[in-house]
Amino acid sequence: MRTFAQSDVSRPLVRNRAVLVSSLVAVLCLSLSNFAQADSKSHTSGMLMPETESNYQPHPYGGTLAPDDGQWVRPAKDYASTRYSTLDQINTTNVQNLKLAFTFSTGLTRGHEAAPLVVNNTMYIVTPWPNKLYALDLTKPGAPMKWQYQPLPTPAAQGVACCDVVNRGASYDSGKIYYNTLDDQTVCVDANTGKEVWKTRVGDINKGESITMAPIVAKGKVLVGVSGGEFGVRGWLKALDAKTGKVAWTGYTAGPDKDVLIGPRFKPFYAQDRGQDLGVKSWPPDAWKIGGGGAWGWISYDPELNLVYYGTANPGPWDSDARPGDNKFTAGIFARDVDTGEAVWFYQYSPHDLYDYDAVNENILLDLPINGQTRKVLIHPDRNGYVYVMDRTNGEVLSASPFAPITTSKGVDLKTGLLQYVEEKKPTRGKVARGLCPTAPGAKDWQPSAFSAKTGLLYIPHNNLCMDEEDVAVNYIAGTPYVGANVVMYDAPGGYGGEFTAWDPISGKVVWTIPDHFPVWSGALATAGNVVFYGTMDGWFRAVDAVNGKKLWEFKTGSGIIGQPVTYKGPDGKQYVAILSGVGGWAGAIVAGGLDARDKSAALGFAGVMQDLPKYTNQGGMLYVFQLP
Amino acid sequence: MIYSRLLLATSLAAVATLAACNREERELRPSPSASQVVNQAQVSGLNPGANPLPTPPTPSIYEESAYAVSEGKTLFGQYNCSGCHANGGGGIGPPLMDNNWIYGSQPQNIFTTIVEGRPNGMPSFRNRIPEYQVWELVAYVRSLSGLLPKDVAPSRNDQLYVKPPEASMPKQTPTGITGEPSK
Repeated sequence: MRTFAQSDVSRPLVRNRAVLVSSLVAVLCLSLSNFAQADSKSHTSGMLMPETESNYQPHPYGGTLAPDDGQWVRPAKDYASTRYSTLDQINTTNVQNLKLAFTFSTGLTRGHEAAPLVVNNTMYIVTPWPNKLYALDLTKPGAPMKWQYQPLPTPAAQGVACCDVVNRGASYDSGKIYYNTLDDQTVCVDANTGKEVWKTRVGDINKGESITMAPIVAKGKVLVGVSGGEFGVRGWLKALDAKTGKVAWTGYTAGPDKDVLIGPRFKPFYAQDRGQDLGVKSWPPDAWKIGGGGAWGWISYDPELNLVYYGTANPGPWDSDARPGDNKFTAGIFARDVDTGEAVWFYQYSPHDLYDYDAVNENILLDLPINGQTRKVLIHPDRNGYVYVMDRTNGEVLSASPFAPITTSKGVDLKTGLLQYVEEKKPTRGKVARGLCPTAPGAKDWQPSAFSAKTGLLYIPHNNLCMDEEDVAVNYIAGTPYVGANVVMYDAPGGYGGEFTAWDPISGKVVWTIPDHFPVWSGALATAGNVVFYGTMDGWFRAVDAVNGKKLWEFKTGSGIIGQPVTYKGPDGKQYVAILSGVGGWAGAIVAGGLDARDKSAALGFAGVMQDLPKYTNQGGMLYVFQLP
Repeated sequence: MIYSRLLLATSLAAVATLAACNREERELRPSPSASQVVNQAQVSGLNPGANPLPTPPTPSIYEESAYAVSEGKTLFGQYNCSGCHANGGGGIGPPLMDNNWIYGSQPQNIFTTIVEGRPNGMPSFRNRIPEYQVWELVAYVRSLSGLLPKDVAPSRNDQLYVKPPEASMPKQTPTGITGEPSK
């Protein structure tokens, strides 16, 4: 009884003391961690910054682009992925008169990243999940709906989409519309009737596979790549027969050479990419089977060389301690024969990626004068912060110049092709690495840039962010996330989240840049009228002067813009500009998914830096089309 | 008189101590019967005739045990719950630290959500997570929005500081289809 009484008395005391002590410790730790967070921005010594071109003179493109019929048949406009239109009715002198032509609601509230297509006086729009396809009749006032097609992807697929349930668009070829559903089906729909021609299941959500990318159709093959670098998928690119939907070839990102389609024709430029079965040997045993490296980004095609170019995604998990080795062939670029899928060359932008630097961004195929010699190049603005100019015949890196603040590397060694990582910026288990720039979504994520033949410049929508990251051990459970990292992002120096930058690919320098409060998560569009279009996450659709970046016109849409602007010649012979509004995607998940930003690690670390986005914009998908009066 | 007063005092003290002990309780051989209440979990907030169904009992042993909640927090990472719901703020899945409960905030609702899954992307963990661990997860999930007593909810994070610990979360009033009716 006495013991009872004593313990009754002493218990609360001890507890109070414990509470006191732990509060003191907590206060100490909190202030320490707050201090450390505030200090993050000073962890940026040795930061690489982009160079600015002081005396830019417009140097029109000297090469040849594919003929332009005023239509828009694939998201990137042409196989070279320029997103450049020769239409010039809308130009720097009249663009300020642009007015609404018509609108169309998709009735959906998630992120709208797709590019509308325009073919034969019909506009085609693919929505985020449930991936409806709408055809609008441009010959009639107000562009009424011609038909809609519903593939009815399973709602469960939403659980394996890492970064909102987006879709980046369709491709048109020979009377058919081709696109992918979130639940891993490639569909072929008759462009006139909206009737399904074929539907092929190419992946399995129970393995974490999903598809968000826009396919391209080249030489009778539909090229489709998988998403799921945050789910431990084993990445692949497939070519489907455009007529039948039958899989013609599958090129895996990792695994034995025969799976990666590496054979005698494989001649990488750099020594580290040569060797037998590197897709197995550069991983711990069996880790390549769940090692990520999807192909969810953009595909370009060079008909002359008969090669397709695409980047591979990040290795999984983000916790890099789980996968010692170079993790081939993730975070790099493949050139493959479009007929057979054989790999012709490969280059790894971020060997043993430490920061989720997928290499899936667009590759713009151009012929540019480099050191006095015209080279067949591809231009690739990578997540790791560099714009790469590469010889697309052999994979040689000709230049790699920073286009955003970089602390995670010191440059690219052009002799060896190796990214020069900064050792103290490596996140590991139990240690927080701070001041990491660029962040997991990269200096630039999927949002595609545009190239103007008039100015010779590349227009890059991108991020201006840094992050802290700590890796944690993670279990692989098929169909669930396989990430293993705590991430918190914040604005990079400058105190804003994004930029729209005009970039000279020959000098490797910034010509002008327009800062934005948020990451610029929309695509870019360049036109022969010397007007460049892009959208902001708070909903402004803008036209700027291609030469000097002067804002010429803007329109506030109903939601934030993360779509891809396109332009086309209507049935009346006039030029129109179209954009989907509807915020979401990884950056906009806080609005599209209603996330709680008190947890800064929400949306894989994106929520904290986007915490004020809900004050600026709301959900809601809507097409806006503009014309001159 | 004196004797009975003493008895009363003793019993009161004993009761108080027992209640306080739940916080530290570790159920080493969990009873398998906890799921029997699940079938009684209401999934709609609409009761025809305006007579709410009786609320089924809560398997409170987990909700009052700091040990169980702490285990739940560990499991929340180990079963990759955090991969979708982050540290409560959400991402692929909805946030769990706010007051919006799409499929209900009652422990039985959350148990059903984990075991059976939900149609818009929540996987089914049926036969993949032992039942007592599901209840530990349920308790932890409720701690994220301040629904558990503060001396039970975790009061610290072991990893990168991304948000205040669960014990310092203000208690939310759940809303949504089967939110607790406002008082």
